[in-house]
Amino acid sequence: MPVNYFPAEFEVLRNYDKCISCRACERQCANEVHYYDADFGKMLAHENQCVDCQRCVCICPTGALKIRPNENSFRKSANYTQPLMTEAYRQAGTGSVLLSSMGTPKDYPVYWDKILLNASQVTNPPIDPLREPMETRVFLGKKPTQMKFDKNGELDTTLEPSLTLNVPIMFSAMSYGSISKNAHESLARAAEGLGTFYNTGEGGLHKDFYKYGANTIVQVASGRFGVHKDYLNAGAAIEIKMGQGAKPGIGGHLPGEKIKEDVAHTRMIPRGTDAISPAPHHDIYSIEDLRQLIFSVKEATEYKKPVIVKIAAVHNVAAIASGVARSGADIIAIDGFRGGTGAAPTRIRDNVGIPIELALAAVDGRLRHEGIRNEVSIVAAGSIRCSSDAVKAIALGADAVYIATPALLAMGCHLCRSCHTGKCNWGIATQNPELVKRLNPDIAYKRLVNLVTAWNHEIQEIMGGMGINSIEALRGNRLMLRGIGLTEKELQILGILHAGE
Amino acid sequence: MSFKEGEVRIPAGCAISGFINRSGKRVSGADIVKSISYMHDRSNGLGGGFAGYGIYPEYKEHYAFHVFYDNTEARVKTEEFLDRHFDIINLSRIPIRHIPEIKDEPLIWRYFLDPRPTKLTSSQLDEKEFTVKCVIRINTEFDGAYVFSCGKNMGVFKAVGYPEDVGRFYRLDEYEGYAWTAHGRYPTNTPGWWGGAHPFALLDYSIVHNGEISSYDANRRFIEMFGYKCTLLTDTEVITYIFDWLNRKQSLSLEDVASVIAAPFWSKIDSIEKTDPKRAAKLRYLRQAMSGLLITGPFSIILGYTGGLMALNDRLKLRSMVVAEKGDTTYIASEECAIRAICPDCENVWSPKGGEPVIITLNEEGKRRCL
Repeated sequence: MPVNYFPAEFEVLRNYDKCISCRACERQCANEVHYYDADFGKMLAHENQCVDCQRCVCICPTGALKIRPNENSFRKSANYTQPLMTEAYRQAGTGSVLLSSMGTPKDYPVYWDKILLNASQVTNPPIDPLREPMETRVFLGKKPTQMKFDKNGELDTTLEPSLTLNVPIMFSAMSYGSISKNAHESLARAAEGLGTFYNTGEGGLHKDFYKYGANTIVQVASGRFGVHKDYLNAGAAIEIKMGQGAKPGIGGHLPGEKIKEDVAHTRMIPRGTDAISPAPHHDIYSIEDLRQLIFSVKEATEYKKPVIVKIAAVHNVAAIASGVARSGADIIAIDGFRGGTGAAPTRIRDNVGIPIELALAAVDGRLRHEGIRNEVSIVAAGSIRCSSDAVKAIALGADAVYIATPALLAMGCHLCRSCHTGKCNWGIATQNPELVKRLNPDIAYKRLVNLVTAWNHEIQEIMGGMGINSIEALRGNRLMLRGIGLTEKELQILGILHAGE
Repeated sequence: MSFKEGEVRIPAGCAISGFINRSGKRVSGADIVKSISYMHDRSNGLGGGFAGYGIYPEYKEHYAFHVFYDNTEARVKTEEFLDRHFDIINLSRIPIRHIPEIKDEPLIWRYFLDPRPTKLTSSQLDEKEFTVKCVIRINTEFDGAYVFSCGKNMGVFKAVGYPEDVGRFYRLDEYEGYAWTAHGRYPTNTPGWWGGAHPFALLDYSIVHNGEISSYDANRRFIEMFGYKCTLLTDTEVITYIFDWLNRKQSLSLEDVASVIAAPFWSKIDSIEKTDPKRAAKLRYLRQAMSGLLITGPFSIILGYTGGLMALNDRLKLRSMVVAEKGDTTYIASEECAIRAICPDCENVWSPKGGEPVIITLNEEGKRRCL
C-alpha cells in the first residue's frame, strides 16, 4: 500500500444536521473534493484535493460547510516547519520545482503597517471633502523643468503625452491566459467607468476589447505575445515589462492546457503549446538596449503614447530606476516582492527582491537627488492592499499605485493561491469555459468600480484630515508619515521620522 | 533640547500687513508699525518683522546685506569671506533703540556690497545667482552668522518680540520707503532665535506669510532638486524659494506663479476650456508641469519685490486677507482694522478670492522716482 507522506492541508467540516445533500458543492468544485456516497447516503470529501478557495462555503445554501487548516501536526520544529517538510516530500516525489501563486504568504515586515499618517489640529484646519473640492486627478508622464518661451514671449504650453487618471489607482498587469476573458472584460469596463486604466499583461489584447483602448495599457514583455502594430496603437500607453516583483529575474510559463483557441489567437501562438516568456528580453542585455526598445515602441506609435517601464524591486533598484529615467521612459512602475503572480517558483517568490516601501522610497529619493524626478512618473505596485497603503505610497513619493490582488478579491478571489492549477472555482484564473462563466462581467465590473470608488473616498477623507486638497500636494510629502517601531536605518531609508519626533 | 528653526518644524499663526504707494512717494516706516500694532492679538511676542522698499536710495545700485552675528568671532570670519567675494562699499552697525521689550539682541550689521568682478567672472554665474550662492554659503557654513536681507534698495528688519516693539527697536520711523510689509508671529513654541522671525527674504524678494501649509514637504523636496536648501524648515522659506525659482529663474510672470502655487481646481480649468481654450491650456500646463509646487493648506502672503507687492490667498481662502485703496496707495492686511488704523477713509475695501493674486506695481511716475 502506497504511503502518503503528508496529510491533507485542509479539513472539510460538514454539519450533517444542516447538509441536505443537494450536491451543489460537488458541482461547484473543480478540484473534485466533494462527492455523494450512495452507500452511506451522504456527502463526503476528498480533503487532500481541497485548496481552501471557499467556493463551496460561499455557495452552500444551508451554511453546512467550513474549511479549516488540518490540525494534524508533524513534530514541532521552529527550524524545519511543517510546510518545509511537506515541500521536501513533494519534491522527493516529483523531482520538480515548486510552484506557487499570488504574493508570498511569509511573515516579512509589512512597512505600510509600521507607518502612521498625520492629521491637522488647531494650527491648520482639516478640510471636509463633502464640502470642499478634493482633487485626486493624476497625470502620469514626463513633466518639463525648464519653461520655454517663443519669440513673442509666449509660454510654450506643449506637454509630453501623458495618462490622465481620475483616481490615483490603476489595475496592474494580469494577462489574458493567466486570467479569464470575463475577468479581463470586468477590468476593462471598470477602468473605463472609473476613468483609470487596466493593463493587458503580457498576453496580448483580445479583439473584443480593443474598444476599451482609451483605458488600456498594453504590455510588451519578453515573450512578445500578441505584440503587433495595431496592438501597440490600441492602448493609451505601452508598458515594457522588465520584471515582476513576485519573480524578479525569471520569465513566465503559461502551460499548454490554458492555451485554448482564443488565448492562442490573442497571443499569436499555436493552440496547446506552452507560452514561455524568457527571463531577459533577448534584445535587451543592458540599459542602452532598453533605450532602443523604448524608442522603437515610440516610433511605432508616433510618439503619441507614454511608455512605462516596469521593473521588479531588487537590491539596486534606485540606480536601475535612475538609468531607466534617463532612457526615455515616461513612467516607471516598481513592483515590490510581496506582489502577486499567476504562477512562480515558490523559492523565487518567497526569497527574491525587496519590499515596495523601501524600493519606492529609495527610487524617489534618488531621482530627486539627481534632479530628474520630473522626467518620470512613479507607479508603486506589489501589495498595495487598501486605501491607506495607497496614501502612504503616494506620500513616500509615488504618483499613483497599481493594484491587482484587491481587484481579484473584488471579483471573488479568496486567495487560495492555486492560480497555477488553472482550476479557479471563481472563474478568474482559469480558461475552463464552465468555470469562466461563473464570473459575470456585468456584476464583477460594478464590484471593481465600487472597490476603487470606496478607496478614493477614503483617500479623500485622509487627505482632508491632513489639510491637503489635491493629491499632488501629498506626493512625496514624507512629513505626513511617521514610523512606528522601526530602526534608525529603516527610517533613514524610508526618509521619515519616528512617531513622537 | 533645542527647538530653533531648522531643527524642528514650527507651525505658526500670524498677522500680515503691507502697503505700496504706486507713485513712488516714500513714506515713513512709522505707518507700517502702527498698522501691524492693531493686530497685536494675532502675534504672541515671539517674532515680528518688516520689509521696506526704496529705503536706501543713495545706495540703490549695491546689495544691502543685513546680518545677525552671535559673536564678534562670527563677524570677523564672515567679513573676511565678504571681503574676498565682494567690494564692500560701506559697513556699519544697524542703528537700534534699546527698549525693555526687546532683549538679547545679537550683533546686527549692515553692508553695501558689489560682487568682485574677478570672482564673478570665474564663477560663471550672473550677479544675482552669485550673490544668492554667497548668502546660502554664509547661512549654512558660518556658525553664528545669518544674512537675513540681501536685496538692493530694500531691507528686512526683524526680531523676537511684538512687531510694534520691533519697529521701535529698529527706529523704522527714521526710514522712508515706497512700499512696506510687516509680520507679527504666533509660533507654537518658544524659539529664541532672531533669524526665525519674518519676513524671509532672498535678493529683493521678501515674504510675509500667515498660515501653515500642508504641502510643505512635497514643496520642499521638489524645490531642493534645483539647488535650494531649506534649512529653516519654515513655510515662508520654501515659498520664497518657489517665487525665486519660478519668477527669477524660470521667468514666469507673477500671475503665472500664482497659477502654479494656488492653481485653479481642475473643474475650473475644465470650464475655462469651453470659453478660453488657450488660457485653459496654459493653466493645465502650469499645473501639470509644476505640480510639486502646488501649495495646499491655509496661507495668506504678501510678496515684496522691487517695484511692487503681490498678495495671494490659498485656493480655499482659509486665511483672512483684505485689500483697500486710497489715492495712489494700496493696502493689504490680515484684518481691515490694520488698514483703517493708518488710512481711516480708505476706499474699495475687498477680500480677494482664494487663489486670485492681487499685484500692485509702481506706475510710470513711481518707476521714474524709485527704480
